[in-house]
Amino acid sequence: MSPGTGQGFTQGLWHANPALVQLLGLCPLLAVTTSLVNGIGLGLATLFVLCATNVLVSASRAWVHRDLRLPAYVLIIAAFVTAVDLAFRAWLFDLHESLGLFIPLIVTNCIILGRAEAFASRQPVWPSLLDAIGQGLGFAAVLISLGAIRELLGRGSLFSGADMLFGPAAASLQINLLPDQQGLLLAILPPGAFIGLAVLIALRNRYLQRAGAKEKTRQLT
Amino acid sequence: MSRARALLALVGIAAAAAALLAGMDQLTHTRIAENEARKLLATLVTVLPPSGYDNEPHLDRAWVTDPAALGSTDALPVYRARLGGEPAVLVLSVVSPDGYVDRIRLLVGIDSNGRISGVRVVSHAETPGLGDGIQTDVSDWILGFDGRSLNDPANSWVLRRDGGDFDQLTGATITSRAVVNAVRTALGYAQTNSSALFALAPVTETVE
Repeated sequence: MSPGTGQGFTQGLWHANPALVQLLGLCPLLAVTTSLVNGIGLGLATLFVLCATNVLVSASRAWVHRDLRLPAYVLIIAAFVTAVDLAFRAWLFDLHESLGLFIPLIVTNCIILGRAEAFASRQPVWPSLLDAIGQGLGFAAVLISLGAIRELLGRGSLFSGADMLFGPAAASLQINLLPDQQGLLLAILPPGAFIGLAVLIALRNRYLQRAGAKEKTRQLT
Repeated sequence: MSRARALLALVGIAAAAAALLAGMDQLTHTRIAENEARKLLATLVTVLPPSGYDNEPHLDRAWVTDPAALGSTDALPVYRARLGGEPAVLVLSVVSPDGYVDRIRLLVGIDSNGRISGVRVVSHAETPGLGDGIQTDVSDWILGFDGRSLNDPANSWVLRRDGGDFDQLTGATITSRAVVNAVRTALGYAQTNSSALFALAPVTETVE
C-alpha cells in the first residue's frame, strides 16, 4: 500500500476500489441498493464511520498494544456505528426504517476493520483520513451507481424517497423517467444486485483494457 | 510497552466509547421515542375509523398472552381506542402461524359492535407476486374484511373454496386461508374478552 498522500486517496476511489476491486462489504452493498436514496444514505453513513475510525485508530496506534489492537478496533468501530445508528433513528427515522438492519451491520463491514488494520494502524492521522475518504467515497460511488441503475430499471424512477434523506421539501426531487412502465422486477430483487455489480466490474475492466491497449500503441509508435 | 499500560489503554478506549454512547443516548432518546410513537400511531390509524375515537390509542396499550387465540406464546400489545372515555375500537395484534413461508403478523381493529374496522399486515414473508397481495400497496384484498363481523357472513368465515364466503388471492390459497383464520379467531377472542381487555390498565413500558 503506497503511503503517498494524494495516491492513498485515488487508491480507494479507483485503483483499489473497495467494492469493485477488493470486493469487500458486498453484503450491505447488494442488499440495500434497491434505490438511489438508499445507496446515498448507506454510502454517507459508511464514509462517516470509516473516517472516524481510521482517524481514531491512527491517533491511538502509539499506545494500543499490538496484541490488543483487534479488541481496541472493534470497540472503536462498534461505538461509532452505534452512535450513527442512534443519530439515524433520531433525525433520519424513515431512512433508518428503509435501511433496516444495515446501519448496525456497518460494524461487520470488512472495509472498516480492513482499513483500520491494513492502513490506519501503521500510518499517521492525515494520510489515514485521506485513505478513509478515498475508500469511503469509492464505496459510496458504487452504492450510488448500483442504487441508481437498479431503481431506474426496476421502477423507472430516480430519487424516490428523497424526502427520507433531505427532508419533506426534497420529495419533489423524484424523477419519473419512465412513467408508464411496470419496471423490471428482477432489477430490484437480489439477482439484480449481483448482475448490476457484475456489469459495473466488467465496465471498469473494459475501460482498463482499452486504456492499457492505448498506452501500448503509444509506446510502440 | 508494559502489559499494565496496554490494558490501561484498552480500558481508556472502552471508557471513551461508553461516554460517547451515553452522550448520544442523552441527545437522541426523546426524539427516537417520539419517532417510534409516531410510526406506531400511523400504523394504528389504518385500522381505526377516522373519527371514531378521541384518545391516543398508541398510548392506551395493554399486553395479553393467549397462544390459542392470538397465535403467539409471547405477550402481544392490545391498543384501545375510546370515544368520550367509552370503549370504541379494540386493536389486537395477531400472529398467524400458518403463513406459506413464515408467521404473518396482523393488526385487527374491532369496534364495540364486533365489526371489523380494519385489518392490516404488519410483517410477512409470503411470495412476492402472489401472497404479497395481502399488503394494501399490492392489492385491496385485505380491505374485504372491513365491516364484517362474526355474524356477517354467518357460519361461513372461511375461503370460498373451503365452502365459505371469502375470495382467495389467486395462487395464494395458503396465505389467504391463514389470514382469514387468524382474523376469525381474533373476532371470537374480542367477542368474549372485549370488556376485560378495555378494563386492563395501560402499560407504557414495552414487555418483551
